[in-house]
Amino acid sequence: MIDVLGWISLCSGVGFTLLGCLGLVRFPDLYNRMQAATKCVTLGTCGIMLGVFLKTGFSALGVKALVCALFVLITVPVAAHALARGSLIFGVKLWKGTVKDEFTTDRGGESIIEEKR
Amino acid sequence: MSILIVILSLGAFFCLYRALQGPSIPDRAIAVDIMTVIFSSITALMALRYKLAYLIDLSIALAVISFVGTLALAKYLEGRSLDD
Repeated sequence: MIDVLGWISLCSGVGFTLLGCLGLVRFPDLYNRMQAATKCVTLGTCGIMLGVFLKTGFSALGVKALVCALFVLITVPVAAHALARGSLIFGVKLWKGTVKDEFTTDRGGESIIEEKR
Repeated sequence: MSILIVILSLGAFFCLYRALQGPSIPDRAIAVDIMTVIFSSITALMALRYKLAYLIDLSIALAVISFVGTLALAKYLEGRSLDD
């Protein structure tokens, strides 16, 4: 039973990770790509590590996998948030379909949404 | 188990495409970050597949390296120094 649960967790984690990488290729601008890739890969990696834990139990491998899942769950969104903020300040343009850009207009700057062609 | 490793490698190839193609610097940065996290999960799967328990330490180390590198690059893009 636990083995089957471990397989389900591993397969769903790999599926989420592949979908996140597909989003990294297909979405139109940096912020959309970052959102898709970061969330999907975080969930996928946590699923894989949970699957490793379920398949090995409380051994050295399983507990270290659980620690790694916790670490990834905390740090990957933090890194992506810092990188998004840094790239807004750096001046990467938003996609032309974006409706609001409150980060720069609240600071009194010009909005940096890409021009419609 | 091996087919899962192959599928994850396909995802890493997608990230490699974005890292080579990406129009701006943060694009490449996030692609390399995601690729390192995928390598970390590939390493965990290899630890399970080949029954080598020490490979999971490498997985944790890859996650730490990815986090620190991305934070340093974000600081650089904001135009601040590293001890600010």
